[in-house]
Amino acid sequence: MLSRTADNLYWLARYVERAEYLARILDTTLRLTALPLAYVGETNEWETAVATAGCANAFFAAHDEANEETVTEFLAFSQTNPSSIRNCFESARLNARSVRTALTIEMWDTINGAWLELKKWGNGPSSREEFARFLRWVLESSLRFDGSAYRTMLRNDAYWFSRLGVYMERADNTARILDVKYHLLLPPIEQVGGPLDYFQWSSILRSVSALTAYHWVYRENVKPWLVADLLMLKDEMPRSLANCYENLVQNLDRIAQAYGRQGPAQRQARAVRARLENSRIDEIFQTGLHEFIGDFIEDNNRLGTAVAQQYLM
Amino acid sequence: MEPVSLPHRMWREDCYGQRDGSGPGFDMFDEMRGNGGAGAAVRPAYTALSDWLGEIKPDVLDFRRREAELLFRRIGITFAVHGDPEAQERLIPFDVIPRILSAPEWDILQRGLEQRVKAINAYIKDVYHRREILKAGIVPEDLVFQNPVFRPEMNGQKVPHDIYVHVAGIDIVRVDAETFYVLEDNARTPSGVSYMLENREIMLRLFPELFSRYRIAPVENYPDELLQTLKSVAPPTAAADPTVVLLTPGVYNSAYYEHSFLADKLGVELVEGRDLVAKDDVMYMRTTEGLKRVDVIYRRIDDDFLDPLVFRPDSALGVPGLMSAYQAGNVTLANAVGTGIADDKAVYSYMPQIVKFYLGEEPLLKNVPTWRCREAEHLSYVLDKIEELVVKEVHGSGGYGMLIGPKADKATIAAFRAKLKSDPKNFIAQPTLALSTCPTCVDEGIAPRHVDLRPFVLCGSDRVRIVPGGLTRVALKKGSLVVNSSQGGGTKDTWVLDS
Repeated sequence: MLSRTADNLYWLARYVERAEYLARILDTTLRLTALPLAYVGETNEWETAVATAGCANAFFAAHDEANEETVTEFLAFSQTNPSSIRNCFESARLNARSVRTALTIEMWDTINGAWLELKKWGNGPSSREEFARFLRWVLESSLRFDGSAYRTMLRNDAYWFSRLGVYMERADNTARILDVKYHLLLPPIEQVGGPLDYFQWSSILRSVSALTAYHWVYRENVKPWLVADLLMLKDEMPRSLANCYENLVQNLDRIAQAYGRQGPAQRQARAVRARLENSRIDEIFQTGLHEFIGDFIEDNNRLGTAVAQQYLM
Repeated sequence: MEPVSLPHRMWREDCYGQRDGSGPGFDMFDEMRGNGGAGAAVRPAYTALSDWLGEIKPDVLDFRRREAELLFRRIGITFAVHGDPEAQERLIPFDVIPRILSAPEWDILQRGLEQRVKAINAYIKDVYHRREILKAGIVPEDLVFQNPVFRPEMNGQKVPHDIYVHVAGIDIVRVDAETFYVLEDNARTPSGVSYMLENREIMLRLFPELFSRYRIAPVENYPDELLQTLKSVAPPTAAADPTVVLLTPGVYNSAYYEHSFLADKLGVELVEGRDLVAKDDVMYMRTTEGLKRVDVIYRRIDDDFLDPLVFRPDSALGVPGLMSAYQAGNVTLANAVGTGIADDKAVYSYMPQIVKFYLGEEPLLKNVPTWRCREAEHLSYVLDKIEELVVKEVHGSGGYGMLIGPKADKATIAAFRAKLKSDPKNFIAQPTLALSTCPTCVDEGIAPRHVDLRPFVLCGSDRVRIVPGGLTRVALKKGSLVVNSSQGGGTKDTWVLDS
């Protein structure tokens, strides 16, 4: 397969996944900012949203203040922010067009349809209801794309590269949320389990659609170390770091098997997975949650570079 | 879209010309009715179609027309640019009434096309090697050497099996039952074959009952024939099963969808310049498994953009080092570099002599009589009779830069006269042809519209292959002779009947 084709498939999947993630961040932030300050604290949630999306520098270069108007515009509809939802769909479609023949009709229809639909939203919604509808639509488009890939693609390298894109992006996103919000998960200085922390913790879970999952896994009320455990180490949680790496290893192994050759990407993915497997959440808290997440983000970037060098260039 | 009118109203007098010869279109040959006009007997190949048109209810036909358009958007266009601002102009209208050629008619065309393409290949080889035709004074030297598409890099260059033009699109028009003219040769990167294939697919889906009344030669094997042709011209150093790729300028090219369609059907990689790399005069593509050698490049990109080291240095579409690998004989380009010297409108007028010179045969397909304005006598004739003639720019294409004398106003004619006088070499003139018409669905009902035909000729080392049929283009505007899609032309499925 052409390296460019693999590259296009990988990035197509990443951009769709990123659009969904941004929609989740915006949705969570809207919920948090609707609560009285006493429940969520004095933090500016819109500023947190920008940080979680990983584009704080670009945002503050363009805006003085982070508020609902500026942040929703920047993260959802901006033409200038390369990682806005709009530009994610633009880039996804451009990648899809270049590899049209490597996609199934269903995948193409989803991407092309989403891109056409996006035009109708113009420069933004006129009301909160409309914006909520928009965010739901983004989630649905991403689900449809993921589902059509899963159900219609041949299980060959094209599929595996596309999956790599999904899990690389997902791991990065989950790690970013933890990176921005880690301080909320640290042992409390003031009161334990107060309303302030509860809503922050549940919002973290919600942003990775794990609130219900949490209760099924732990059958406990929301506790910070368990939130961290679920998002980092729990295999069965689809957006956890452990699950992402399980999938990355699997898909990289399939590629290696088909091509008859292992490489740095396979070794790097396995090393990260081993580290997640051998970690326990209480140890992580003892040695430093923030450091652990920081290391993970670096490792994850290293894997991205290894995949690109081994296959995409 | 208005409903289709009833069959007895189909042949409208004004569409067909007056019987006294005064109206437009008298003497015009209709593919279905011959020269007789609305009342004439239906030609044998069209009998079953004519019956079917008489039987099918107008609303059913109308419904199928819409369905065809939907299908076309889905199969044809959705994989390209559906939704782009420019997509609308690329959705070329499709007419559901087929254009039919009988087996004997096709036989003449097929032999004529094969002969013509063989002569074209012999001519290009000669020009880049011994130049006998120039020495014999048959084709003037300046026509070759001052032509911007002449490539000195090709002088003395061997190409596998002496084949330069592997894929040719020869535009044919018809003026009466016996006479087909070649209107234009396309020897560089002719396009449109995806329409030939898709039109048939859509017709088969929509009108199975019509197909049950005919035995029609298939076209679906075209990609297979093309692949065999391309593999047959692989360089001698290539592996037993040579690797073929299709080189496209990329997603922004107007024919991109055809490129991706063909690559898909051929089962070869669709590459852009940046996917290829030259190393030690061998071409490779970058794959997920490392560099992979490429033997044959079916390029859909013009000479000018192939290699920035040799041609346009600003081209980002090509591959540095490609020409060097080509000249070393390690990769085959299809079509070869420099084939443009065989297909411009000035050399066109010499084609009958070119056929005779190389093959010693009379041309089976006629040329449209052509006045070369570069010759003083011809120029004065053209200036004299300009109101009756079609004047074309030698390097023009797509129906632009063209004067249709009988339809032009005085100011336009005066402007063209001035252009002709100042730069006569740049023009040729031809009589206004009465192009044949074919019944076509238009808003008023079913009416005759002018058509042409572009069959695709494949030239491999083993043999010449021509899939029976081609792309029929139709001028949808009443009375219009311009079939180019850029000027409101549509397409039709083309049927060649089994003998």
